[in-house]
Amino acid sequence: MSFLKYRLRMDKNVHLIMKILTVFSIVTILAILLGLLYKAYPILKTHSLTNLLLSKDWFPQKELFGLFPFISSTFQVTGLAMFIAVPFCLLASIYLSEYASKSITRLVLPLIDILAGIPSVIFGIWGIILIVPFIRDYVAPFFGKVSSGYSILTGGIVLAVMLIPVMVNILLEVFNTVSRGYKEASLALGATKWQCIKHVLLIKSAPGIISAIALSLSRAFGETLAVLMVVGNVTKSPKSILDPAQPLPALIANNYGEMMSVDLYDSALLLASLVLFIIVLFFNIIARVILRRLEKNNH
Amino acid sequence: MSLSINNQSNIVVENLNVFYNQRHALKNINITIPSNKLTAIIGPSGCGKTTFLKCFNRLIENNDNINVTGNFLVNGQNIYQPNIEITEIRKKMGLLSQRPYPLPMSIYDNITYGPKIHGEKNKEKLDHIVEFYLKEANLWEEVKDRLHSPANNLSIGQQQRLCLARGLAVEPEFILGDEPTSALDPISSKHIEQKFLELKNKYTIVLVTHSLRQAKKIADYVIFMYLGEIIEHGSVEEVLLNPKNQLTKDYVNGEIN
Ligand SMILES: Nc1ncnc2c1ncn2[C@@H]1O[C@H](COP(=O)(O)OP(=O)(O)O)[C@@H](O)[C@H]1O
Ligand SMILES: [Mg+2]
Repeated sequence: MSFLKYRLRMDKNVHLIMKILTVFSIVTILAILLGLLYKAYPILKTHSLTNLLLSKDWFPQKELFGLFPFISSTFQVTGLAMFIAVPFCLLASIYLSEYASKSITRLVLPLIDILAGIPSVIFGIWGIILIVPFIRDYVAPFFGKVSSGYSILTGGIVLAVMLIPVMVNILLEVFNTVSRGYKEASLALGATKWQCIKHVLLIKSAPGIISAIALSLSRAFGETLAVLMVVGNVTKSPKSILDPAQPLPALIANNYGEMMSVDLYDSALLLASLVLFIIVLFFNIIARVILRRLEKNNH
Repeated sequence: MSLSINNQSNIVVENLNVFYNQRHALKNINITIPSNKLTAIIGPSGCGKTTFLKCFNRLIENNDNINVTGNFLVNGQNIYQPNIEITEIRKKMGLLSQRPYPLPMSIYDNITYGPKIHGEKNKEKLDHIVEFYLKEANLWEEVKDRLHSPANNLSIGQQQRLCLARGLAVEPEFILGDEPTSALDPISSKHIEQKFLELKNKYTIVLVTHSLRQAKKIADYVIFMYLGEIIEHGSVEEVLLNPKNQLTKDYVNGEIN
């Protein structure tokens, strides 16, 4: 066989392998979705979907499977974590990429990498040791409330800290890809550093920032263990962020495999998984749409 | 509105040295840039042309571990003094880089970016600035119907003219060009060259160029650099047509690249 023929065949093979792998990853997503749907089907047949999603009553023994407390806790914990992490990470990475001296970045970047590698159970323990008593003894009394310290706020804070290394790393990468020519063009016109950041760097990196947020958001929705350890795990609807709660991942992890004697319990938990999966998918799609729009303008 | 005409605009460089880490990139540069003339800086790639040009508006300081010594006098004032307001220096120098970098905003906003950051708020005045400088850069007719569309949609040649207009809109005294035509098609290059010929009556222009043809065509004064040093400088006739130094002769004859 000639060398040219060999090269062409290799090219074809590699192409084929990549195609198969791509198709495979799409099929996996579909398979998960269909699997969950199949398992959730029994409960969808006997209960109305609106009732399942909007009812606050979760009493498996009485065949009441209202998911609302868990869905609402999921959004509260995740929203809080993003509310803390996004501004913090944006400012930190702007500082690191635009203002900090070489010696500071050389010190901080490895620390961030270490933080990223810490297993989530450690973050959970850290939350129990430090954040739980802090919320119980200082934050709750400050607002005139009584709290065990195991609360949505605690979960949000722990989750935010877990998101920081990931988000900072991505954002630094994003800022790095903005060609320095753009910054220099702006500086050359007499702009200050901050004007360059505001009008050029942040605009040029907007798609990257959106991707970073979307990625962290998916992770935040799904993060289970650390949140589960500090969030209190009660099935009541929380009235404030100082109340304990149980987000969807915690609900699933806490209960799946137990008490399966109750009919439909298993199906209800898989419906919870399906809801979680769809939430994550939904926000990813939203991010894509925003990204598409941003890229059309200006970039 | 009139363009600022200032016959006092002058640049004197004394014993300028630039180090990137340990690398001695500019060695003892001494030169007076003639006012209201077009000075071309030529020399093989890597000889320090860009480094030298970036000293004019202190963009050179955007590098890590950079060290600049010597005097760089603009209108008699050393711009490397510690108490100098760097944005004021940069406002005096319009820069046209090797390839155009339109800011991520509309054509209109690209032009008003400079005037706005320097405090201009009057809408009518800004409208006027946009029209005036787009005309000045021969771009007005092509873009007047889509001033509010993203600047990124323009062709490379149009983008470079936009960058010229944007630079002129802050009313600089000097224009710096770092091989501004090297990424352009021949027609766009001609546009820019033609513009530079017109502008040299009003501004002091320093143009780094890789093209001897371009230097011969539009320059009044030529600086030849080699390995971080100025080897020879003088009028076009002196440096390009009758070089004294052997290195300059070799470069002009195309024997150094
Ligand atoms: N940021 C930098 N860090 C280290 N060395 C640099 C940097 N920029 C340029 N140099 C070096 O300085 C010398 C001059 O570069 P430059 O001014 O870009 O040359 P030219 O524009 O004439 O091609 C080259 O040897 C180059 O490798
Ligand atoms: Mg260069």
